[in-house]
Amino acid sequence: MKKLILTTAALALSAGMAFAAGHSQTVRMGTEGAYPPYNFINDAGEIDGFERELGDELCKRAELTCEWVKNDWDSIIPNLVSGNYDTIIAGMSITAERDEVIDFTQDYFPPTASAYAAASDAADWENGVVAAQTATIQAGHIAESGAALVEFATPEETVAAVRNGEADAVFADRDYLAPLVDESGGALVFIGPDVPLGGGVGMGLRESDTELKAKFDAAITSMKADGTLNTLLVKWFGEGTATY
Amino acid sequence: MSCLQTIQDYGLRSLGFGERLLPRSDFTLCEHFTLIGSGMIWNVYFGVVALAGGFFLATALAVAKASNAWWLRKPAEWFIFIFRGSPLFIQFFFAYFLFLSLKSVHPIFDPFTAAWLGALIVLFFNTAAYSGEIFYGALRSIPKGDVEAADAYGMAGWPRFRRIIWPTMLRLAWPAYTNEAIFLFHATALVFFSGFPAWQQRGDALYYASYFADKTFNPFVPYPILAFYFILLTLVITAGFGFVNRRLNRHLPRDQRRKMRFRPNLIR
Amino acid sequence: MFSYCTDPDTLGQIRWLSCFLTTGVHMSFYMSFLKVLFLLAVTAPVALAFGFVGAMAARSRLLPVSLMGKTYIAVVRGVPDIAFFLFFVIALDQAFEYIRHKVLCPDWDQPIRQGSDFIVCQAAKLPLGTDPQWMHETYGFILAVLTFAIVFGAFAANVLFGGMQAVPRAQLETAEAYGLNPGQIFWRILVPQMWVYALPGLSNLWMVLIKATPLLFLLGIEDIVYWARELGGTKTARFSDYPHGDWRMWYFFALLVFYLLMTRVSEVVLERLMTRLSHGQATTGGEAQRRAAA
Repeated sequence: MKKLILTTAALALSAGMAFAAGHSQTVRMGTEGAYPPYNFINDAGEIDGFERELGDELCKRAELTCEWVKNDWDSIIPNLVSGNYDTIIAGMSITAERDEVIDFTQDYFPPTASAYAAASDAADWENGVVAAQTATIQAGHIAESGAALVEFATPEETVAAVRNGEADAVFADRDYLAPLVDESGGALVFIGPDVPLGGGVGMGLRESDTELKAKFDAAITSMKADGTLNTLLVKWFGEGTATY
Repeated sequence: MSCLQTIQDYGLRSLGFGERLLPRSDFTLCEHFTLIGSGMIWNVYFGVVALAGGFFLATALAVAKASNAWWLRKPAEWFIFIFRGSPLFIQFFFAYFLFLSLKSVHPIFDPFTAAWLGALIVLFFNTAAYSGEIFYGALRSIPKGDVEAADAYGMAGWPRFRRIIWPTMLRLAWPAYTNEAIFLFHATALVFFSGFPAWQQRGDALYYASYFADKTFNPFVPYPILAFYFILLTLVITAGFGFVNRRLNRHLPRDQRRKMRFRPNLIR
Repeated sequence: MFSYCTDPDTLGQIRWLSCFLTTGVHMSFYMSFLKVLFLLAVTAPVALAFGFVGAMAARSRLLPVSLMGKTYIAVVRGVPDIAFFLFFVIALDQAFEYIRHKVLCPDWDQPIRQGSDFIVCQAAKLPLGTDPQWMHETYGFILAVLTFAIVFGAFAANVLFGGMQAVPRAQLETAEAYGLNPGQIFWRILVPQMWVYALPGLSNLWMVLIKATPLLFLLGIEDIVYWARELGGTKTARFSDYPHGDWRMWYFFALLVFYLLMTRVSEVVLERLMTRLSHGQATTGGEAQRRAAA
C-alpha cells in the first residue's frame, strides 16, 4: 500500500511537469450523449444538457481548453484509463467499485434517488418483473431485491418494456424518468419508494491525474460557493430537485 | 471459496440454478471461467437447435428456389434475399417488435418475446436462408451424369431425390455448410447483446463476459476467455463436420476425396 | 435548414417533416451512411491485402511462417467478431502508444501500467493530446479499418488459400517445364488464375462485411445503427423542438432498405465480375463462354 502511494506521488510530480511543459493543455471530456437531462444530443447534433453547460463552465474557471467526446457507456471507463480522453462527465454515480479503478471529483450532483415507474398504481414493483438498463447500479439493486430483473441494453428500451407490458415496472434514475412520466399523460406513474443509490454524481478521472482532479475540484467548489451550480441544477432538473 | 465450490454454485447459473446473486467483488479467474462457460450453454443451445431445424428448411428452400414453378421459386428467392441481405442485428430488432405486438393479440405468443424461443426462431430462419443458398448452389452443380444414371435405373421423384440428388448435394455443399455452422454459432453471441432482454441475469457467454468487463473495468480478461471458449467450440464443430464429410465421401477414390477438401470454401 | 423552421409547433405535417428531416442530427445520420460506405471501400482492399499475406504465409515452405499464417487464420476465424471488437481496438491503440513510448521517451522511468491506468508520455500519445478533434476521429477511423481488416483478412486468407490450392496442378507443372522460377510461377501463373476460384468466397465475404457494419459503434465510430437508435428513441418536448414517441421502427426500416439495396447492387456487380474473370479460364464457366462464342 505504501508503495502504491509513493508511486502515485511520484507520478503526480511528473504529470505536473508534463502539464507545465504542454502549456495550453487540451482536456478531452468523455460523455455518453444518451441520458437526458444530464447529457444528450440536441437537434443540431451537438452534445447538450446539464453536464455540457456545467463542464464548459468548469473548464472556464479552471482555465482549460476542453473538447467533448462521445463514447459508448459500456466502454467509457476502459477508454478513460487507456487515455483516449481525460475525464468522464456522464451522469456517473460515485460508487466504491468504480472508485477502485478511477478517481472521482467531489460530487456536482447530490446523491440521487432512483425510482420505480409503472403503467398503473397497482403494479407489483416488489415481486413482479422490473426492467433496468444492463450494467447499471439500478440493475444490481433489482438483482438483489425480490423482483425478477429483466435487462435491456438502453434506457429507452426499459421504458418501452413497461409501455408494452413486458415488465411491470422500470427502475431508473428519478431524474431520467421524471420528464417521461410528466409527458406521458398518465400512461406512466411513479410507484413505490424512492431508493437512494450511489454517492452523488461526480466527474471521473484517471487515478494518476491528481493535478487535473485538483483543478476541477476547485472549480466545483467555487461554483457551489457562488450558487451557480444550484442555478444550473434548477434550470435542468426543475424546481423540486435537490440542491447544495 | 474453492474453485469446485464456484463451479457448483455458478456452473448452471445461466439456466437459473445455483446461486441467485452473481459475484460482485473480488472476482477470481475461476468465476470468470465458470460463469462465461455457463453462458456457453445458451450459445450451444441456440446454435444446435437452429442448425438442426434450419437444415430441413434449407433443403426445402433450395429445392423451391431451383424449381420451375414461379409460385415456389419466388417466395424462396425473397426469403433468402431478405434474410441474407440484412444484418442479424436488424432482424432481431424487428422480430422482437413483431412478437411484442403478437403478444397483445393472443396469450399463446407469450413465450415468443423470451430469447429461448424468439431469438431461436430468428436464428433458425437466418441459418435456413444462408444454408438454403449454399444448397441451391450445390444443387445446380450436381453432375449431369448422376441424374441421368438415376433416370436410366428407372428412378424418379422422391426415391431419385432421396438416394441420388440429396446425398450429392450435401457432399458438394458440405465445406461451405461447415463455415455456415461456425458463423451461426458466432452469431448466437448477438442474442442478448442487442436483440432480446436477459431475464434474471440468465444470459449467454457474451452477457457474462460483459458483466465481468463492466464490474472489473478490464476488458482484457473476460473477452479473451470468451474467445477461448469459442475457439474450442469452433474446433469441435470443425471436427464433427469433418467426420460427416469423410462419411459422405467414403465411396470416392482417395485422390478425388482430397480434391473435395480443397474446394474453395464458400463462407457466409 | 429552411427559413420557416423557426417554430416547428406551428407547422403543418409536410413542412414539419421537412424541417424534422433536415435538423443537424439528421445531417449527422445521413453523413454516417457515407461514413459506412467509405469505410467499406477502404476496408475491402486492406482486408484483401491482409488475406493475401496470410494465405502466402500459410502456403510457405518454411514451417514457422506457415504455422504463423495458419494460426492467424484459425484463431481469428474461431472467435465471433463481436467479441474481438470489444477489446481489440483498445489493445491495438495501447500497442501503438507503447511502441511510440519506447521509441520517443527512452528515459521515462515510470511504469506504463499503474493499477488499471495505462500511461505513456505526452509525446507518445496517438494522436497528440493537443491535436484537433478531426485528427482523433481520423485516428479512430483508421483503428476501426485496421480491426475490420484483421478480422476479415483471416477469412480472406482462408478463401485465397483455398483458391490457390484449387488452381490445377497441371498449369503449375507446365510453367515449371517452361523453366519459370517459383516466384514467376506464383505471380504469373498462380495469382492470375486463383481469382476465379476465390471469387465466390470473396463475394460472400463482402456480403458479410457489409452486414458487420452495425458493429462499428463498438469501435467508437458513430455508424448508422447508432444514429437510428438515437434518433428513433422517444424525444420529450423539454429537450427537443421535435418531440415524438418511439420511432425506432421507422429508422430501422430505412436501414433495412439500405442494407437490402447494398446487397442487391453487390450481387449484380459481382455477377458481372465473375463473367469477366471466367473469360478464358479452364473452368465450366469459362468453357461455357468459349462455346457460346464459337
